[in-house]
Amino acid sequence: MADGEKVVPERDFPLELPEFKCGAMEGLEPFKAAPEHNEALGFPGELVPDWKEKAIAYMGELAKKNRAFQVYLDMCVKCGACTDKCHYYLGTGDPKNMPVARQDLLRSVYRRYHTFAGKYFPWLVGARDLTEDVLKEWYSYYHQCSECRRCSVFCPYGIDTAEITMAARDILDHVGIGMKYSNEIIGKVHKVGNNLGLPAKALKATLEDLEEDIEDDTGVSVRLPLDEKGADILLVTPSADFFAEPHIDGLIGYAKVFHETGASWTLSSYASEAANFGLFIGSYENMREVSLRIRKAAEDLGVKRIIFGECGHAWRVAYSFLNTLAGPFDFLDPNYPVPQHILEYTWDAIQKGKLRFDKSKNDHYKMTYHDSCNVARASRMGDEPGGQFEIPRNVIKAVCNYYYEMPEETTRESTLCCGGGGGLLTDDLMDLRIKGASPRMTALKQVTEDHGVTHMAAICAICKTQFSKVMPKYGYEMDSIVSVHQLVSNAIILTGQETEEDDADGAKAEE
Amino acid sequence: MLGTIYALLFYVATLLLVVGLVRKIWIYARTPAPLKIPTTPAPTTLGGVILRMFMEVVFFQSLFKSNKWIWALGWMFHMSMWLVLLRHFRYFQQHVWWIVELAQPFGTYAGFTMLIGLAGLLARRFLVNRVRYISAPSDYLMLALLLLIVLSGLSMRWVAHTDIIMVKNYMTGLLRFQIGDLPADFNLLLHLTLVAILMIVFPISKLLHVPGVFFSPSRNQVDNAREKRHLAPWAAELEK
Repeated sequence: MADGEKVVPERDFPLELPEFKCGAMEGLEPFKAAPEHNEALGFPGELVPDWKEKAIAYMGELAKKNRAFQVYLDMCVKCGACTDKCHYYLGTGDPKNMPVARQDLLRSVYRRYHTFAGKYFPWLVGARDLTEDVLKEWYSYYHQCSECRRCSVFCPYGIDTAEITMAARDILDHVGIGMKYSNEIIGKVHKVGNNLGLPAKALKATLEDLEEDIEDDTGVSVRLPLDEKGADILLVTPSADFFAEPHIDGLIGYAKVFHETGASWTLSSYASEAANFGLFIGSYENMREVSLRIRKAAEDLGVKRIIFGECGHAWRVAYSFLNTLAGPFDFLDPNYPVPQHILEYTWDAIQKGKLRFDKSKNDHYKMTYHDSCNVARASRMGDEPGGQFEIPRNVIKAVCNYYYEMPEETTRESTLCCGGGGGLLTDDLMDLRIKGASPRMTALKQVTEDHGVTHMAAICAICKTQFSKVMPKYGYEMDSIVSVHQLVSNAIILTGQETEEDDADGAKAEE
Repeated sequence: MLGTIYALLFYVATLLLVVGLVRKIWIYARTPAPLKIPTTPAPTTLGGVILRMFMEVVFFQSLFKSNKWIWALGWMFHMSMWLVLLRHFRYFQQHVWWIVELAQPFGTYAGFTMLIGLAGLLARRFLVNRVRYISAPSDYLMLALLLLIVLSGLSMRWVAHTDIIMVKNYMTGLLRFQIGDLPADFNLLLHLTLVAILMIVFPISKLLHVPGVFFSPSRNQVDNAREKRHLAPWAAELEK
């Protein structure tokens, strides 16, 4: 699996079933976390001597603490409805990447030690002992799930493999097997406040540079305030927005929207991260600790509202869990939901006529939109169910002339994961990421062939990074993935902005 | 003698079924769901959740989206089973309810559609490699058990009749704790034995999907996380 040798799967249509390739992805393992990174999160540094007893006992504890875990492990009837729904199965053909088979890696052990049938008739119900090989298998295949919930949509009981994956990773962490990528990042957030470990000074400098760029570009002074006490709005955005492409163009978009609506807003250096990888490792405690930073920042800065930038799983944690983890937010303005999504804010401003656009600025793009899994299947925007699908599309259509949908079995609640979600956005899993992206890439190719689509927009930092890495393997430029607020930024006409026509007039006058 | 053995069997089976299910439901109901995890788009009101659950339980809505073959076979099997079960009430009632009377003509034929559904599901287990891969011995046995129950039942209705009046007297007697006599017909005894086995394994097998589906957080939660704070008791402890 040397770099450059990675096979890009060929498929005729997005959901085409692969050949069965038993063991195709066996042994694939992301790097393990160093002891100090596990310990920083409250886990044992390395594999504990009594790991077997610990794991079995912790499994029982999870069954008591989390109804989903117990009910999902008990009630699967093995109907097979989910077996062809996972993008990693579609991309790799490894049967252990079928959702139910992935669940069974843990279910078989749970049955053995925690159910009557598995204790006394293990052979009958497919129960098995917990061994070191099983731990290895867990570590491998529970890091081949992006917790995207596509299987859950199609399960007649709503069994969500993401919950089982999170539980498995949590069990592994509790016996001393942590994943480097996720655990290191969570440690950085606890210590510095963001995934990148970007200190306040560096952040300040970055934002000032951006302000200069915008002024050079538009002639208008648009601010990107940091740690401004008394601002109305705290913007919490993934730290990738501060430096990565195309994320940063999205950040410029938010700033322009705030500027044009006359909002008083600020970023926080203490809570300079919307992402919350505590979700990925299934750790309520870590997820809570990260969330509490946002609460503290809101209190310290005295803001009235909290708005989140474009980030998929961050919006899940924010929308669905923030109130639970760090609420109640009764110190904020009750006239606004807590938290809000930047797209809710922008769409509201568009509807109220507060923003002016020149849509032709995006005419070099033929757009489509990739629904990010956590936004689509684990959250909402606006007041109506499904607002998470409509609002981003409404905004794109408000700023672009050319917009086309990908095949409907790959969008909205049936959307396909980008292939890098759930804590898998690490180079040591590149092979899996490329294969996992193939169903989405095939759907994109279809609209490219049918409508000449050139660019795909997303509202998730992970999707954006993943696609900019993976798209070149599928024949697209790396900048074919764009932020939704990048499109807004391109088209927005700032008050007092010199337009090209003004420039042309100016040039004439000089002649 | 036969009557006594089956009386014991059914009293024990009923006890295990009821105690086992009540215990499981009690555990499910008391186990907290620490976070809001409805699969979205999800209803924003309790009424909406009830409707969603109704669509799942009655029409297998998600399964319909997922796979038309499994849906057709599974739905045919389950709905036929309800009709057949309803029809069977007449063997436990002195005065048969009107709805049971109504189900009678459909119920007798529903045995065949139930058979087709089950046979189709079993065939899928053998023929579709994805489904074969995920099947344990118990998955085949469960279908075989149900198939045999249906076949033995159908044979009594269409091939070799048993003394159904005697069976009815026996069953209504059991309900009053009076043990009578059963006809010594092979098909009947097989039918009753397998039903008792089904009742016994119900609370310790995947048949827990019956109560479980109502406790599935991804389906039974209201999407109102921003409006209403959701907090599990053990999570509240962390805040102290």
